[in-house]
Amino acid sequence: MTSLPASTPRKLGLVIDLDICVGCHACAVNCKEWNTGGYGAPLADEDAYGADPSGTWLNRIHTYEVQPAQGPAQLVHFPKSCLHCEDAPCVTVCPTGASYKRAEDGIVLVNEDHCMGCGLCAWACPYGARELDPVAGVMKKCTLCADRIYNRNLPEEDRIPACVRACPAGARHFGDLGDPASEVSNLVAERGGYDLMPEQGTKPVNKYLPPRARDAHETGPADLAELAEAETTGFLGWLDKALERIG
Amino acid sequence: MHPAPSIILFTVLSGIGLGQMTWLGLGIGSDAGAFRWLASILAFALTAGGGLASTGHLGRRENAWRSFSQWRSSWLSREACLMAAAMAAFGLYAAIWCLGGARIAILGWLAAVLAVATVYSTAMIYAQLKTVPSWSATPTPAMFLAAALTGGLIANGAAAALTGAPAPIGWAALAVLAAAGIAVWWQTAAAGANRGSQGSSLETATGLGHMGRVRSFEAPHTGTSYLLKEMAYQVGRKRAFELRRLGAILGYLVPLILALLALWLGAWLMVLALIGHVVGMLALRWLFFAEAEHVQALYYGRS
Repeated sequence: MTSLPASTPRKLGLVIDLDICVGCHACAVNCKEWNTGGYGAPLADEDAYGADPSGTWLNRIHTYEVQPAQGPAQLVHFPKSCLHCEDAPCVTVCPTGASYKRAEDGIVLVNEDHCMGCGLCAWACPYGARELDPVAGVMKKCTLCADRIYNRNLPEEDRIPACVRACPAGARHFGDLGDPASEVSNLVAERGGYDLMPEQGTKPVNKYLPPRARDAHETGPADLAELAEAETTGFLGWLDKALERIG
Repeated sequence: MHPAPSIILFTVLSGIGLGQMTWLGLGIGSDAGAFRWLASILAFALTAGGGLASTGHLGRRENAWRSFSQWRSSWLSREACLMAAAMAAFGLYAAIWCLGGARIAILGWLAAVLAVATVYSTAMIYAQLKTVPSWSATPTPAMFLAAALTGGLIANGAAAALTGAPAPIGWAALAVLAAAGIAVWWQTAAAGANRGSQGSSLETATGLGHMGRVRSFEAPHTGTSYLLKEMAYQVGRKRAFELRRLGAILGYLVPLILALLALWLGAWLMVLALIGHVVGMLALRWLFFAEAEHVQALYYGRS
């Protein structure tokens, strides 16, 4: 049923630390590796070694430059996948009942056997979290690795989403954001975790932690380029000092 | 947004067919034998043909029947259910009318209400998407309803002209005028409804606006993707002005002039009016999709 559950006892999701992410794309690669082989249709790659490669990915890493009013610009690597929204517009628009939000843990999933591949859910999502697979013709999206997190055949340390497991920097955290005492909830509270596009009214479960403010050295030189100027000696040095005295 | 030919054909052709069903169901139009048959068959063929075309863009057509199941929550499912119901009610009404000559008013009214509700549901599929302001922050349902009811009247006029029955020419001219006015209303609203018009920006999309001005530095992929093909569509936009002029002239101006001329020169001009209207509406509906901007493209640095 594509009606949303009124509330879910658990809100499983990700917390992504933009201060730490180094933009290595390891999370996206491991996501693709895990999700292309486990359940349902594989994630297509078209013209993979040709001139115009294109493929289905459930996680994509953008990089942004943020230019403050003063000081140097800052680069922010920005992984983006399904945010498992509480008020998920992708679920309610689905005509076949393939798209649903699980009542027990809040994970938004697609039943590929029921999906007719109309693409309306991808249009309804503001985040670009859903991609219609060009080969299988069904909608693919992040499952929060529902086939890992409850999988007792895996060692306990592997019972987390593939992207979280792969991150070499510890920028991705997985947990229950509905439990105010959970580790991820504490992180969000401490670091001021926020929602993407709150104006769209989707109430995302996933949260993003903002980059920490960069150090500003009050005693340091305002202009680093000055330090790089060569010291003048000899006649030019004398001229320089003479001009400085006159000026 | 990617303008899928199947959806453009569906919304235009089925819209006209459902508009025809509405007027015929309300008892408007001649009772002449040949007109009954031609108008009913045309209405049915356009609606069903558009419906079949609409499955053209589906990835898994064998699951299309499941779209009748989610009418409680989904406008697309409501559209499917209402269209099937409208065709069933109109089919029964038309069968009794064509074979027996009697118009069962209550059945006709039911078909008319279901046909109008179907067009409204189609419009709401687009109007519900907050992610596409040019559909959701504009009078899209009024525009779709006006187009369907006007197209239906022109098509019934053409069917009457071909069968020698009295054609509702004056009413068709009035409807074209009203529909053109609503189209201008929609276009005016759409002109200001770009992807950033409802408060979304790269700053809200990334949440980094408090730090400074945000610019896309590097995209996640060097090639293309479904996200770019489907929701950052830009091909052919540079010809938008010419196409819109063509659509406005063929879709509204030509049918209006032909309808007025038909009052003196004969109803046969309504056939040409229908052809012009269909071609013009296809052009305008292509622009409805191709020009619509999705907020998702903000992440790729589109403003």
